[in-house]
Amino acid sequence: MSLSPRTIGAAILLLIVAALGCELRDDGETTLVLTGSSTVAPLMTEIAKRFESENPGWRIDVQAGGSSRGIADVRSGLAQIGMISRELAPDEKDLRAWAIARDGVALIVHRSNPVRALDRSQILAIYSGRVRNWREVGGRDAEITVVTKAEGRATRQVFLEYLAPLASAELHADIIIGHNAQAIQTVGGNPHAIGFVSIGAAEVDAERGTPIRLLPIDGRPASLDAVAAGEFPLTRHLNLVTRSEPGPAIEALIRFARSEQLHDLIRAQSFAPLQP
Amino acid sequence: MTSSVRNPLPRSSRDRRFDAVLTAAASVSALVLGLVVLFLMIEALPAWRSIGAMRFLTDEGWHPTEDRFGLGPMILGSLLVTAGAIAIAAPIGWAAGVFVQLYLPVRGARAYRQAMALLAGVPSVVLGLFGLLTLVPRLAAWQPPGASWLAGSLVLAIMILPTIVLSTDAAFGAVSPDLRRAAAALGLGRWTFARRVAWPVARPATGMGIFQALARAIGETMVVLMVCGNVPKVPASVFDPVRTLTANIALEMGYATRLHRSALFVGGLGLVLAIAGVLIAAWLLDRRSAEHA
Repeated sequence: MSLSPRTIGAAILLLIVAALGCELRDDGETTLVLTGSSTVAPLMTEIAKRFESENPGWRIDVQAGGSSRGIADVRSGLAQIGMISRELAPDEKDLRAWAIARDGVALIVHRSNPVRALDRSQILAIYSGRVRNWREVGGRDAEITVVTKAEGRATRQVFLEYLAPLASAELHADIIIGHNAQAIQTVGGNPHAIGFVSIGAAEVDAERGTPIRLLPIDGRPASLDAVAAGEFPLTRHLNLVTRSEPGPAIEALIRFARSEQLHDLIRAQSFAPLQP
Repeated sequence: MTSSVRNPLPRSSRDRRFDAVLTAAASVSALVLGLVVLFLMIEALPAWRSIGAMRFLTDEGWHPTEDRFGLGPMILGSLLVTAGAIAIAAPIGWAAGVFVQLYLPVRGARAYRQAMALLAGVPSVVLGLFGLLTLVPRLAAWQPPGASWLAGSLVLAIMILPTIVLSTDAAFGAVSPDLRRAAAALGLGRWTFARRVAWPVARPATGMGIFQALARAIGETMVVLMVCGNVPKVPASVFDPVRTLTANIALEMGYATRLHRSALFVGGLGLVLAIAGVLIAAWLLDRRSAEHA
């Protein structure tokens, strides 16, 4: 079969039209694109909905794809605002972070596990692989299944900071998972497992009947209330990220996202609002 | 696989227009494949340059945030999980395929094929969920942690079983009726016919089915991500967790920056090469058997 020039021309034209289609925008509307952390995206989707209903003529497009994508998209201009579930790294200081809420990281075990609390040295012993049996920390005689998050995840970062100076490579793992839901599912299905996840997600699932229990850490109960009160040792900020000098439209949305009138919505999404 | 023969049919002007549409569609698919590979190479280049090809094989462990980029355990993981799945699914699938073709009555065979087609259509995330909720907890109670090489191979085996059953069935079905009648005339039993007459004829096509299953299994992501445990270490037994190249990308891509991200693309490129290798092996096998025929 031979390729006629007309055929090739038609194919190229088709591609150009398809590419242009992605760029076409309705004028008269202010459109903002947000991309980034899959932890922050559901919250921002709700915030954007409320913002749109209060400000006709605005269109906010929220896409989840991981904190790194948020950073990359703001830098490349694909998104005006990025969402990250961690702080800015030292080499990301060309951008500006705006905290909108707080989240905690909780240790979870199966509900049938008799262990009611662990202190930092016990957690360190389990997560460095020195203690392999629940008996050694006051539990049943059973091998511990240590569930860890994949490298690069914000919850892993927060957890490592708590266990410092334990290096990331020294963090023990029997099972490595990605999302909170997967960790909760895994621990809920294994009576001898332990894992760390976002407090909000764990609280919701525990209430819905997943057989997991949130362990207090250093005597502090793992709850959103403790996170909100600033009493829990493992917390992180959920941030919006912009270029160093955002325009007025971007600032308007950020001001809205940080305003007190959204505290109910932040709580409903299982995060802790920032202190006034 | 398919072979192209020069088309002897005359071409009218309507045919020509239709040709143009087909050519355009074909070039778009080829172009997309080329673009995907090009994109992978561009994204992999920074890591390839600054880390160096060898370190992906020699670095001890995969700790990208601490500048250790050993892909070895994941390459091995992909191979082990796939090999396990084939080892489980091939004999069962082969036996089932022969059974459907030579032993089941026609109506039963039709129903069985429908059931296999249905199983082939089950989305992999559903199979993964099945594995995560039923298989992994049972394995965990027996040999912790449950999420393991074995779990991955078992669920993948379920996934590729229909491909092997149906291709074996078709391969044995394609054995010429003359041979069947001759075998019947000689008074051969069904088992002797299957083993001595049909098998030598059907073997290449059966092999193709297994290669198709292999290519699908090695590229599968969701199932292995959910049930394999994803620890990037070389497993000491089938009960130890493994991480595959696909799971590695799915787990870390959204959260990786710079070199880490680029290193994931090196893994992706390796995966494409592995699948290409499987397809080329299949093509060679196909050509060789065509020469013999």
